Amino acid sequence: MTITDPSAFGGQPSGEDDPSVRLPLVEGASENFTTVTDAVAGIAEIPVERTNRAWIICFAISLSLLGMLGLLILHLITTGVGVWGNNNPAYWGWPIVNFVFWVGIGHAGTLISAILFLTRQNWRTGVNRAAEAMTIFAVVCAGMFPGIHIGRVWVAYWLFPLPNQMAMWPNFRSPLLWDVFAVSTYATVSLLFWYMGMVPDLATFRDRAVNNTRRIAYGIFSLGWTGSSRHWHVYERAYLLLAALATPLVLSVHSVVSFDFAVSQLPGWHTTIFPPYFVAGAIFSGFAMVLTLMIPARQFFGLKHIITMRHIDVMCRILMATGLMVGYAYSIEFFIAWYGGVQYESFAFVNRAFGNYWWAYWIMVSCNVLIPQLFWSQKLRRNLWVVMIVSITTNIGMWFERFVIAVTSLTRDFVPSSWGYFSPTWVDITMFIGSFGLFFTLFLLFLRFLPVVAIAEVKTVLPQAHAHGEDHGESHSAGGSAAAPASRHDA
Amino acid sequence: MSDQKKHDEIHGVVAYFDDVDSVMSAARKVRDAGYKKWDTYTPFPVHGIDEAMGTKPTILPWIVLGMGLTGMACGLLLQWYTNAYDYVFLISGKPNWSLPANIPVTFEVVILFSAYTAFFAMLGLNKLPHLSNPLHKLPKFRRVTADRFAICVEAKDPNFDADRVRAILGAETSELEDCPVDTSRAALPLWFHAVMALVTCATFIPLSLAVKGRFATSDKPRYHVWPDMDFQRKRKTQTGWEGFEDGRSMRLPVEGTIPRGELRDDFELYFGVAQGAAVPPRATYEAGVMGGDKFEWLSSFPTAVVVDDALLERGRERYGIYCGVCHGAQGNGLGAVALRAAAIDAEQWGWVSPKALQSDSAKGYTNGELFHIAGNGISSMKGYGSQITPKDRWAIVAFVRAIQASQALPKAPADLPAGVDFEPVPTIKDVRLSEASVDAPASGTEPAGEAR
Ligand code: HEC
Repeated sequence: MTITDPSAFGGQPSGEDDPSVRLPLVEGASENFTTVTDAVAGIAEIPVERTNRAWIICFAISLSLLGMLGLLILHLITTGVGVWGNNNPAYWGWPIVNFVFWVGIGHAGTLISAILFLTRQNWRTGVNRAAEAMTIFAVVCAGMFPGIHIGRVWVAYWLFPLPNQMAMWPNFRSPLLWDVFAVSTYATVSLLFWYMGMVPDLATFRDRAVNNTRRIAYGIFSLGWTGSSRHWHVYERAYLLLAALATPLVLSVHSVVSFDFAVSQLPGWHTTIFPPYFVAGAIFSGFAMVLTLMIPARQFFGLKHIITMRHIDVMCRILMATGLMVGYAYSIEFFIAWYGGVQYESFAFVNRAFGNYWWAYWIMVSCNVLIPQLFWSQKLRRNLWVVMIVSITTNIGMWFERFVIAVTSLTRDFVPSSWGYFSPTWVDITMFIGSFGLFFTLFLLFLRFLPVVAIAEVKTVLPQAHAHGEDHGESHSAGGSAAAPASRHDA
Repeated sequence: MSDQKKHDEIHGVVAYFDDVDSVMSAARKVRDAGYKKWDTYTPFPVHGIDEAMGTKPTILPWIVLGMGLTGMACGLLLQWYTNAYDYVFLISGKPNWSLPANIPVTFEVVILFSAYTAFFAMLGLNKLPHLSNPLHKLPKFRRVTADRFAICVEAKDPNFDADRVRAILGAETSELEDCPVDTSRAALPLWFHAVMALVTCATFIPLSLAVKGRFATSDKPRYHVWPDMDFQRKRKTQTGWEGFEDGRSMRLPVEGTIPRGELRDDFELYFGVAQGAAVPPRATYEAGVMGGDKFEWLSSFPTAVVVDDALLERGRERYGIYCGVCHGAQGNGLGAVALRAAAIDAEQWGWVSPKALQSDSAKGYTNGELFHIAGNGISSMKGYGSQITPKDRWAIVAFVRAIQASQALPKAPADLPAGVDFEPVPTIKDVRLSEASVDAPASGTEPAGEAR
């Protein structure tokens, strides 16, 4: 067992700079099953009247933004998509930009849960639950935009291959239909993954419930989970399989989203680099969002010992790495435009950087490529203010990336007669803000009522979770509960 | 017998432990004692416990594999049926069925099926949801999902003997407890069952209506869920509407609107008159009526028309198609139509013979007038403007000028080069005399040849 190093388990920064010594996944010498359970379950068990003031304020703001979003959608549906700035030649304006933005954010959750699980990156246990929740809520926001963008929302079911009185079927050779399948598969599989991971923790909540409402609510959703080892055996297999399935899925989803652009014959869109470039960008923006959410959450809910500085440090490094990948994609696009020798393609890219939307392009480059370079410095990675600001600028930069891709190409294609300039309307802007209301309302409810951290998983990375006589001495066999009898060893 | 009764009363014997090691060791003992219906309960998956309990690997992966392959088949079949068989999409001449374009959706369906299977088969294999479990009634057992460990040997086990179990587990922990059978069957009230039964039945109504709509015949039109596409709130073309003053649903184009391709700004080219001069009406050329000299007819060709061999060749061809049938290939008025009319003596019914185009009167027209005649007709001849484009009409004019200068001379010109075989072209009169079969009465109207 090399997951934790006994000498470093004191939470002291002693071995921190020594790469041969791993930092503990959960900080604090006295952490055990009981304290971990208490810390996480305690958040959801705070009585309603003693809810954190900051939470209430955030929730009130989010909820009113959500209400505004609802009214705006009503306005959109009753009036028509003309209330947006979408118009010839940019029929894809903010709605698609917002869609790609949110879907991108929704990638980190599954990446952390699935890919890091398969690659045995145990540090993920502290953050995976919240990241998965973030994924689902981001996908909800993402799915909303194409849904209301179709104009006649009441026939949204035409997106799916359902038998109908028109005897027509959707076109399976269109990337837009691939998108329907990819995003809806992703949404449901992420939901299953998230929910399945939560079942044992919901059972913990059920068993700690102090009143009947909680017991019944958590009882139903925990499906009668007992913690049976025979159940755990099948459960772990299922979890591994889901992780193995979600890994290619997460990579496919943003590839398919990029096909929406790449399969079109538009200069600036019709490039083969799009799938990997989009996936890197998605992970980049997703990690930025995880940081933006987790830094305040660990602060307010006293989870600093579970979501540790090490988590933040690792995520900062991932952020920088993916930022560099995205930067590489930006430059290779220019190279290919020149090397390909197609005048329209060359024009599209020169125009991106120096044309009518030059400002958007340079916001994108500085937020996504330049600013994350700060993380080369360990000191800055440890400064939570810096991390917070960089994660927010990354989100801004990634929104602008999608804006630059969608709008510059549409407004400057082959013939100057079909050039234009896209301007958003107030509905565009307020709807985007409203989507944050939707996201944060869901996320705050999650923080308040559900297990924010995968309790059972965190327990597995505690040193007590492992049977002795394998490679640990008895030295640190801190017992579980207070009434611990003498530990028994059979080896 | 009394032993049996005892077994019925308890669900099993539960032992509690505080750490992984003790529960593992107890599990091995229970395993070795040969029990089958027993389980350990832990707050997290304990590694190595499967071996300690002797749990066999689950078949879940095989179920998932099977469903994944089913998903692949379904995905492919769905796309093939909908796009290559039932409703064929023809896109840029691409094959109706080509695998690469169908891979993304097939892939997603594989993942969808497998993931759902992984989750629901996990529940199925674990017999979840299982909300009413006697173990949940034990207050101590509640800590098993937090920080304690438990082993429960169930009374259902064929080898179950409560005392022996107590002895085995008691050696490992001091905390033992009998779990009573859950007698408080959480019976739902009767009305709940009734309502649920009704609701379940009601869910079949929409489905059966849809099936009926698809397969039954009816004399009423199909039910439209969203009729706004087929029945749109708009006026169709060529219908009336009282909303507009003129009572028509269609609007007239704005005054002065010129249809595409009908801009006539080059007067020479389109009207055969000088640029900026008065435009002749689109009417049959009638010297008396229209007043031929009221207009500034062009005597040469428009600047837009270059008279060269190509134009003359084009003119010969067009003339042959549009004019020659009446006026004759050489312009002598002896086209096939004219000959036939003469043969049946059509003049008795008012037939007007086509005139020869070499006549002085025909030669006397300006180019502009000839152009106008070709397009709008003259006296009893109709115009051909709707069939022949302006450029082609000018080509015909050029060709008519050419044959006027070269053809149908009544006698050999004085400057005829020696050796050239000259034959005077016959007039309609000559033709009539040669047609013995036709009884040709003397007619009042002189045929075209007369004008010579
Ligand atoms: C259907 C038979 C017919 C066709 C085809 C026809 N014409 Fe005529 N054309 C006539 C007749 C008949 C007249 C004499 C009309 C009259 O005097 O009432 C005539 C008269 C003319 C005259 C006037 C001759 C004169 O001496 O006043 C010209 C010029 C002429 N046609 C040109 C053309 C041209 C050019 C074409 C081809 C675009 C053409 N016509 C096609 C039947 C035809």
